[in-house]
Amino acid sequence: MTAPVSIENVSKTFGHFTALDSVSLDIRAGEFIVLLGPSGCGKTTLLSILGGFLSPSSGRVVIGENDMTFVTPSKRPTTTMFQDYALFPHMRLSDNVGFGLRMRGLGKAERDEKALGFLDLVGLKASAGKRPHELSGGQRQRVALARALAVDPEVLLLDEPLGALDLKLRRQMQDELKAIQKRVGTTFVHVTHDQEEAMAIADRIVVMNQGRIEDFGPPSQIYMRPRSLFSAGFMGEVNFVPGRVKTADAACAEVETSLGSLALPAANFTAAAPKAGDAITLTIRPEHFRGADKSGEPMFALGDAKVAGSAFFGTHYRCHLQPCASDGDALVAHLPQSAEVRDGEIVPLAVRAADVVALPAASGTL
Amino acid sequence: MLRRVFVSGLSWAYLALVYAFIFLPVAVLVLFSFQDGRLPVPPFNGFSTQWYEAVFADRKLMAALGNSMLVAISSSVVSCVLGFLAAYSLARYKLPGSALQRGLLIAPMTVSYLIIALGLLSLLNALHMPLSLLTVGIGHVVINLPLCFAIIYASMGDHQINIERAARDLGANDFKVMALVTAPMLMPSILAAFFLSVTFSWDEFIIAFLLSRFDVTLPVEIWSMLRSGLNPKTNAIGSLVFLASVALLLILEFSLFGRTKKQ
Repeated sequence: MTAPVSIENVSKTFGHFTALDSVSLDIRAGEFIVLLGPSGCGKTTLLSILGGFLSPSSGRVVIGENDMTFVTPSKRPTTTMFQDYALFPHMRLSDNVGFGLRMRGLGKAERDEKALGFLDLVGLKASAGKRPHELSGGQRQRVALARALAVDPEVLLLDEPLGALDLKLRRQMQDELKAIQKRVGTTFVHVTHDQEEAMAIADRIVVMNQGRIEDFGPPSQIYMRPRSLFSAGFMGEVNFVPGRVKTADAACAEVETSLGSLALPAANFTAAAPKAGDAITLTIRPEHFRGADKSGEPMFALGDAKVAGSAFFGTHYRCHLQPCASDGDALVAHLPQSAEVRDGEIVPLAVRAADVVALPAASGTL
Repeated sequence: MLRRVFVSGLSWAYLALVYAFIFLPVAVLVLFSFQDGRLPVPPFNGFSTQWYEAVFADRKLMAALGNSMLVAISSSVVSCVLGFLAAYSLARYKLPGSALQRGLLIAPMTVSYLIIALGLLSLLNALHMPLSLLTVGIGHVVINLPLCFAIIYASMGDHQINIERAARDLGANDFKVMALVTAPMLMPSILAAFFLSVTFSWDEFIIAFLLSRFDVTLPVEIWSMLRSGLNPKTNAIGSLVFLASVALLLILEFSLFGRTKKQ
């Protein structure tokens, strides 16, 4: 089963602390949504409200056609996969997975058969008779997933389920989660603070900060065309270059920065249309710096910069560059493997106009 | 080198003394239950099982043994159920004055059995409730409930909260969460509380003596036997009681502590 989820102006306060501040979100049926943000941003609170473990101070939660705002967890078409797995330690795996079916009144034979099917889905059919303490962390994870899916929920909520696994296992489980979600078609809402994990599995990512949604969209959009400084900074590395809009018309804006002036298409202003005189911040991803113009694309020369340190990362060189034209902040650039940069070397910097995103300056957004 | 031998010899001697101090009375009791003679005092005249035969032939004693088992098991079951429910509610819900309630539940542990028995006696009198095995059982629940509560409450940790949430999330109501998830998860400590409670009730004399009339428990029966003087028969029944306690302890050790070690 699967269902769309609609969160309408949900707020949650604990005493004087506002954990969620009028959050609205529409999730389509069968989507894999990732709630991404630093700890304390409200993502787990939002998940608990979806699961029914908390009720919102104001606002509404609609799952499918039904208002679920004040419905208890046991009566919701949602199941939660907990961070610590929360398996029943005294039950065999087949009984763990069959527990929800037992609560729905299924007979022993029928639920055992279904439980085996779901254990098979996560590759643990042979261990059905074991107890949770005989399993490794990754295996417990799978049992928790099978148990949550066995009752055929419309929405599966995952509370940092991969947090306790080591990196390699985590990457592997991400792929499995994604594959299983595609197979069962259930709407998944997954909470994490790992942006790589978010990009690996999400259809759409919700970037949260301080109880608000900062950005919402497919991973490529969040990364390439972030709609807030927080979102740009949280999803991978980025350079912020302060600037000011000199002139603006419907199609294009002339921006002045310490690195020189650039003419940017109006579409690159993702948060608000440019107005002359606006203080803005340009965000440039490290990999978007080009050593020099080679292709025929429109490039902006950003002047020369001195290499102030570099390290080889396998896929690229990560370099700290000090622009020669200004004594502003150093920039971080990823130069190609073949670049062979040396400390103290002077390199010309350039960037494609399409790769630069202009956002309102910090004081304007926060 | 010599010094080390001396020190280690001394510590072994100390160990032997401690154990002798603890177990010598029991050993003497068991030894003289096999006495071939009328007095359970030295010298040991020879080995005989006649006193055990006498014990098993004694109808009153056997009835008292049955009564003791009945009281011990039923009062322990009641104590464990009540203790579990109290522990569950205090650990899982925000209750008014929960610290005070915890204190009140444990308080009877600090009151002497004699005072509890006297209090119950006057209460039962006021209620015109006749003394019986039931009243003994009530007395034993009063003394064992704090123990069961304390043991079970101590084993309820926060890590079980998510497991209970998961059960609720999968559709279990409050009763099913308790019966199918919480209680089985806490079974080692519930059983530990049960067996401890059984041994306490099994041995208890003052309350059983003051709150019973026609049907009595084993310690009360042994006491009335002692009034007619020392007799190897009392040694024999004492040895049997000791054996039962040891058996319970062994069950506890192998069934529970063995299991928790594995987990």
